[in-house]
Amino acid sequence: MAVISINRKIKEDVVPSIAGVEKSVINIPVGDKQPDKTSARRKVMFFSKSLLDTFFKKILPPLLGLTLFVVGWAFLAQKSENLPGPDKTWYSAVELFSDPFYDNGPNDKGVGWNILNSLERVGIGFGMAALIGIPLGFMIGRFAFFNGMVSPVISLLRPVSPLAWLPIGLLVFKEAQPAAIWVIFVSSIWPMVINTAVGVARIPQDYMNVARVLNLSEWKIFTRILFPAVMPYMMTGVRLSIGVAWLVIVAAEMLTGGVGIGFWVWDEWNNLNVEHIIIAIFIIGIVGLILEKFLMLIAKRFEY
Amino acid sequence: MNKYVQVEGVKVVFETKSGDFVAIQDIDLSIQQGEFVSIIGHSGCGKSTLLNLVAGLIEPAEGALFCAGREVSGPGPERAVVFQNHSLLPWLTCFSNVYLAVERVFSKNEDKASLKKRTYDALDLVGLSHAAQKFPHEISGGMKQRVGIARALSMQPKVLLLDEPFGALDALTRANLQDELLRIVAASGTTSIMVTHDVDEAVLLSDRIVMMTNGPGATIGEILHVNLPRPRNRLALVENSEYMHLRGDVLKFLYERHAKKAA
Repeated sequence: MAVISINRKIKEDVVPSIAGVEKSVINIPVGDKQPDKTSARRKVMFFSKSLLDTFFKKILPPLLGLTLFVVGWAFLAQKSENLPGPDKTWYSAVELFSDPFYDNGPNDKGVGWNILNSLERVGIGFGMAALIGIPLGFMIGRFAFFNGMVSPVISLLRPVSPLAWLPIGLLVFKEAQPAAIWVIFVSSIWPMVINTAVGVARIPQDYMNVARVLNLSEWKIFTRILFPAVMPYMMTGVRLSIGVAWLVIVAAEMLTGGVGIGFWVWDEWNNLNVEHIIIAIFIIGIVGLILEKFLMLIAKRFEY
Repeated sequence: MNKYVQVEGVKVVFETKSGDFVAIQDIDLSIQQGEFVSIIGHSGCGKSTLLNLVAGLIEPAEGALFCAGREVSGPGPERAVVFQNHSLLPWLTCFSNVYLAVERVFSKNEDKASLKKRTYDALDLVGLSHAAQKFPHEISGGMKQRVGIARALSMQPKVLLLDEPFGALDALTRANLQDELLRIVAASGTTSIMVTHDVDEAVLLSDRIVMMTNGPGATIGEILHVNLPRPRNRLALVENSEYMHLRGDVLKFLYERHAKKAA
């Protein structure tokens, strides 16, 4: 399935240019006195046209946006006393990433370690949330009684800011590390529960009628109909959850300390190393973007 | 008369926001084994409701239904349904879609090889052996509907229920599939009930045509016997006066006596 959908995508991208080339190839025998020249000229025209097209539509806008962003930043930095500009930040980043994995004791570790530690917390908290949230979502979607039972609790807890759970975590676990994971767990479970439940509830009645006419067992209904039908919704939930988890980890680590990108930001604030704070913002953004793109790629496999 | 499928004094009521809605009532119908019966009527007359009743997908408020001497209590593979919009599972290949049905019905007594053979035979019957490993979105609407028919027939049902099976197809594809259904049903001798709104389709395929009055509270208006000899041929029937006569009868019922006001 994945191959097919990807193929379709490629086709869309490639077909216009191929069509252009084909036209010129067909023209060769039709051309009158200088067929080779005309066709060659056409080929060049078509080729450069499609290339220009992609440049104007796909490459130019984001390039322009990013340039304006950096220019605006440089401008602001010039006006401000404390805000470092792009150039200073860049040199600082080059230095920082020349040795990302050094280790000078618990409060001074390379930026690589900080990122990996944060990712580990997100991974554990999010993984546990998925293990509990997805089956919970299936139950809510499948059994109306259970839905009625759980809905009010979810409605009550969902709007609570994730960090409000931190004191409870610290109280119960008596340690920063599991408390941070607990916060990730609580904040990332809701999108998965809700999206999975919605997915189950939205399964077309036709599919359920097939299940009823074939008289399938509950297990077959789950593996052959429920699970594949809900998969796209579930993946949306997973994507949202990872996004939330990555948002929350920075704030949680600022409060709990330890090794992690959030703590690192706070630490550099205490050192008044503003370049590093800006670098951290970029790192957080880029890692978040990579997580999102990665999950989108997985989600694409489950589109029918 | 051998009453294979029996519908006795059935009434169906749907609960709606503005109170109870009587969809169909006072339905009495018996169908013989091997018979092909069409149900025709204007949209909203409850013809699909009647079919879903026999399928067991909905329950009557009054009356009872029997199939092969047993009361219908819920859906089951012995009353296979070909759905209007094919209802193939998009994440399964054509083979797997049919196999799911075959496995459900025959896996108790047969091994995998024989289940696979049944699946291929069913696909072969509708002329789709070559598309077995294709996914539903890779084949045409007509082919999807053939897979739907293959899935239904692969279960060797006592009754084949067809809910406007060709309604969503273009006229040429529809004619092709009608001819094929004619051939398949003749070969297997399966008792069939088909809901349709196509007069030619009803006359061409049926032994009897059940004509429904308009809803709400629709019931059977008339039952028309189609005594055209089988095997039937679409082109030969065009010249057949009996065919034209029957066709006229159905049209008169639908557009004179039970004409529906334009919605």
